[in-house]
Formats: sequence, C-alpha cells, structure tokens
Amino acid sequence: MQASILAADTLIQANAVDYLLIAIYFAFVLGIGFLASRGMSNSVDFFLSGRSLPAWVTGLAFISANLGAVEIMGMSATGAQLGLPTVHYFWIGAIPAMLFLGVVMMPFYYGSKVRSVPEFMKRRFGTGAHLVNALSFAIAQLLIAGINLYLLGSIVHALLGWPLWLALIVAAVIVLSYITLGGLKAAIYNEVLQFFVIVAALLPLTILGLHRVGGWDGLTSKIEKAAAANPDTIAPAADQLNSWPGAALTGFNSDFLSVVGIVFGLGFVLSFGYWTTNFVEVQRAMAADSISAARKTPIIGAFPKMFVPFITIFPGMIAAVLVTEIARTKAGEAVPGGASGEGVTYNDSLLYLMAEVLPNGLLGLAITGLLAAFMAGMAANVSAFNTVVSFDIIQEYIIKDRPDDFYVKLGRWATVAATAIAIFTAVLASNFSNIMDYLQTLFGFFNAPLFATFILGMFWKRMTATAGWTGLVSGTLAAVLVGILAEGTLGGLSVGVLPLSGQGASFVAAGAAFVVDIVVSVIVSLVTAPKPEGSLKGLVYSETPKEDLVDAEDAGRPWFERPVPLAGVALVLVIILNVIF
Amino acid sequence: MSTDTNKGFLATLLSLFDIRNVIGALLAVYGIILLLMGLFADPEVEKTGGPNANLWAGIILLVIGAAFIAWGVLRPVVPDAPGSHEEE
Repeated sequence: MQASILAADTLIQANAVDYLLIAIYFAFVLGIGFLASRGMSNSVDFFLSGRSLPAWVTGLAFISANLGAVEIMGMSATGAQLGLPTVHYFWIGAIPAMLFLGVVMMPFYYGSKVRSVPEFMKRRFGTGAHLVNALSFAIAQLLIAGINLYLLGSIVHALLGWPLWLALIVAAVIVLSYITLGGLKAAIYNEVLQFFVIVAALLPLTILGLHRVGGWDGLTSKIEKAAAANPDTIAPAADQLNSWPGAALTGFNSDFLSVVGIVFGLGFVLSFGYWTTNFVEVQRAMAADSISAARKTPIIGAFPKMFVPFITIFPGMIAAVLVTEIARTKAGEAVPGGASGEGVTYNDSLLYLMAEVLPNGLLGLAITGLLAAFMAGMAANVSAFNTVVSFDIIQEYIIKDRPDDFYVKLGRWATVAATAIAIFTAVLASNFSNIMDYLQTLFGFFNAPLFATFILGMFWKRMTATAGWTGLVSGTLAAVLVGILAEGTLGGLSVGVLPLSGQGASFVAAGAAFVVDIVVSVIVSLVTAPKPEGSLKGLVYSETPKEDLVDAEDAGRPWFERPVPLAGVALVLVIILNVIF
Repeated sequence: MSTDTNKGFLATLLSLFDIRNVIGALLAVYGIILLLMGLFADPEVEKTGGPNANLWAGIILLVIGAAFIAWGVLRPVVPDAPGSHEEE
C-alpha cells in the first residue's frame, strides 16, 4: 500500500485514528475561535476578565502560557542529556519566582492599574526604560516564536516526511490562521484545554516508558551502565541521578560554584527575571478580579508546575536509555535521521520515545499534545509581539493619535510580519543542538537586567528615570559580553576566552547582567535628579499605603484561600521535592 | 430585548462556553476513541511492554471527562449583572 510506503520513511508512523484525534482537537480550537468571533464577545470577555473564573483556571492558564516548546522539548532534551539536575529549572527556578511574583510583586502591578509590564516601566521610569523594555521584549518574542515554529515544523517533518523548510512555511501558515481565527479572546480557553491535552499526552508516555525500562530501578541501572560504558561523553551517573550539586548542568568543576551558579544565576536572576517581568505570563494574573485573585494566580499555578518535570524531564531520561538513536547520540555518535532530517539531536528524544512505546491511538493523542503546545506557544509570542509593537511602540512614539482601527490593522500586519520573521529565526534555531542553551542565553540578555531594575525600582524611591534605562542597557551589554567571551554560547561569535560553556555560561551572563544593572542604577541614581515626591504612589513600596497592597477581604477567609499561607505550603512542598531528588 | 430572555440566552451561552464542559467534552471524546481502539485494534503489546495502554488510557480519560461535565452541570456559573461588563 502506498500509505505504508510513505509512512516507512518518517520517524512517526501515524494511522487514520491518530489523525482523527488531531483533527478533533483542531475542530475544538477553531470552534471556540469561531464562536468567540461571532458577536459573543460580551460573555467571552466576561470569562476572560476572570471575574467568576475559579482560581484553578487562571492558575492553569498562567503555566500553560509557558508550557510550549521550551518547556516540553527543551526540558526533555536537557533531561536526556544531563538527567535530574534539569529539575532545577522548576524547583529552584520557576516555583520560587512564581511565589515571589504572587506574594511581593503582584500588588504593585495590580495596584498601579497598568495594563502591561512595559507600561509599569513607563510609569515608574518614563520613556527611556519603557522603550528599552518594549523593544527588547518584542525582539525576544520573535526569537522564541521562531523556536516554537522550528519544533512545530520538525514534528510535521517527522509525521509527513516533508523537507524542513516546507514544513516550516506550512506550520507558519497554520499558526497564522489559528491566531486570526482563534484570536485573543479564545486564548485562555485554548491554554487551559492545552494543559489537559498535554498531561493526557505525556503521562501515559512517561508511565509506559518507565514500565519498559523496568521502573525507577531499571532506569537508574541503565543510566549507570551507559555512563560507565562511555565515560568520555556521558556525564557520571551520580551527577545524572542527583539534582545537587548539578555540575553536569553548569559545567563547573567546583561543586560549591555549581550550587552558587544554580541558586543565584538560574534561580535568583534568570527565573525571577522571566517569571516576574514577562508580559505574557504576568498579563494572565493582571486580568484577575481582585488583588487577592491576581496574587493567587501564580501561587496556584505553582502546584501543578511542581509536577511538570515528571512528565517532561523523566521521558527524556528514559529515551536516553531506551531509544537506540538517542542513546547513541548521547554516547557521542552522529546519528542520521531525527525530526528535522538533519541528524538526531536531544530535541528528538520525545518523538523517538513516542514512536517507541505508544500504540496508535495514544500516539495520536501525544502528537496532538505537542502540536497544541507549540502552536499555542507561538501564538502567545506573536500576539504579545503585536500588542507591544502596535500600542507600546508605534502608538506611543511613531504614529500617534490615529483612530483605533488604524492600530488594529497595524496589529494584523505586525502579526504577518512576526510570522515571516519567525521563519528565519526558526532556521537560526535549527543550528543549535540544544534549544535550551540558546533560550537561556536569550533570557539572560533580556530578562536578567529587567528583574534588577524592577526590584530596585519597587523598593528604592531614590532610583531615577535615567538610572532605569542605563541600568537595563548596561546589564544587557554585560550579558552579551560574557556570551562573547564564553565558549560557543553565541555560536561562531563566541571567542572562548572564559572557560565557560552551555548552561553555566548562561548563568554567569545572567549574574553579570544583574550585578552590572544594580551597580550602574545606583551610581546613576546618585548623580541624577529623583522623580518628584507623590508621583510614585502605587509604584514604590515606601510611597504606597499598606492597605493598597493587600485585599481587605482576605482577613475573613480560611488560610487556603489567602495568597501568603498558600505560597508557604507550595514552598514547603518544593523543598521536600528538592530533598528527595 | 427583555432582561429575562437576555439572561436566559446568556446562561445558555455561558454553559456552552463553560471551560469545564469544553474540557470534559474533549477528554470524553478522546476517551471513547481510545477505548474503542483498546477493544478492537491491535494493542501493540510489544511497544507498551504488556498492558493494553489504549484501553486503560481510554477508561481514565472517559472518567475524568465525565467528572468535568458533571461538575459543570451540577455547579453552573451564575452570571452577575449582564451588560455591566461591556468593553469600549
């Protein structure tokens, strides 16, 4: 049969039932988009505003917005390569940062009534910092959209065997129509729906994979055997099976420095920068009905987020011992094939594991989960890009005072342009064997100085407008400089003067960005004029009445409905997880 | 338009749009398909390492989907003051 001849050439061999499962998902997503666009905006807005949405929905949307290619492919790739230390991205990185956002920072965002993170920048620091923040955010969104697109294209290639460039263009067109049809109104639905589909896709994959390798004991003994057989290329089993000190992740020789790098570089700077200042994430919480609900959104999201490593990192680790292609890649061989058709990489771990353990049926569900995640991820990046470009950049600085529909049209063109640019960034992303390195580098450049500026600006009223933008620019430049001095962090641009590579270099770049930002901000603040008294109410801690920062109704609620005790429980749980693994 | 029909219309709309029903419907449909695959198709035990994975996943998805729909039906969202929330 012709179908089987075609299928034999591709990495994943899907049948009609698998395609049916994919089609049903698209029907749901497009159906929601269609209904949402047909004059039902009122009730949908009612939902989107979150006024009667239970907190579990906003919490899930909050983590779903991030549960894209980065999380799923990146984390399973890093898990396949390095093992358990990858959990630091969750238990040292994301969770504490999300709790910090809910407990400390959200009252300022929510209380100051801003609509976007760049707008907070504008109110606190004025034009300079606003422009820097809006531009760097827009560029970062384009790059990340490109990575989502690349992975989407590689799944299409793995399924249908098309060449990567064709798969990229087709995937881009699909996402473009998805954004146009689904629109922003349907975004929260798709995100919550996507969360359940991904869990339904990855949980059976993990359980079956673990069953095939002989449970946890089978997995550890196979990892030990693989590491002992190839001591030159594979990290020692002890490093792969214990999250601390994580030397395999950072590439540092010293255990102590490795712990410092993870806690300060990854945890305190990179993750806090990402989770507390990223507009895509923070926007979800800002839309909540009360300051208490806004604060609870990231805190409730932290609970499911804690367990995401079990369905992303674990399948990667399993693939590295169960799937021959990935095991050989890990042993240092160049294996032909892979999702992109240009050789097997760690990013292919999940796809190979799916092909290895899932029967048709569940296979279709797993493909649906991945497609859903990457499309929603790219859609979120592109919509965030066009919002910031149309309203924060063009309306604010370039073409002012036009009627509303002018900016709406502009936003549409920005979407098309963003998609076209994403195709090029996708090609750029395909040159990096491990997407995570590439992304961490980007986050280091854009986010690390941002957190420094925000946190200083929120708690030090003396910080001036000039300090706002000079701190950001010098912090980003410091990160770029570290990237250039390190080995291979920026591909051909890196000169390799510093003995740093991979994630370790990203952590150092982030740390440098943070420190330089703080130092420059403090020095510049001391020699420039501060903002006038009274203009900082709601923006700076000491200038804001305490009752504006808390929800008065919270006092009468049981502990599990108040943000701070809830955050305490999450923190205890994550500490327990850190101790176990 | 009288307020009453408006309210009734909005309530139907809301239940249609209730995210719990949407999640429940999707998971239940997936559950049924996987259940049928588990009952009638090759279980491909050489891949799963023994268990009929489609069957089990189908049953679990169906139960979860039904639970979401039951939740949505038993505890419907009550819209407060329609129209007070218009944009623009």
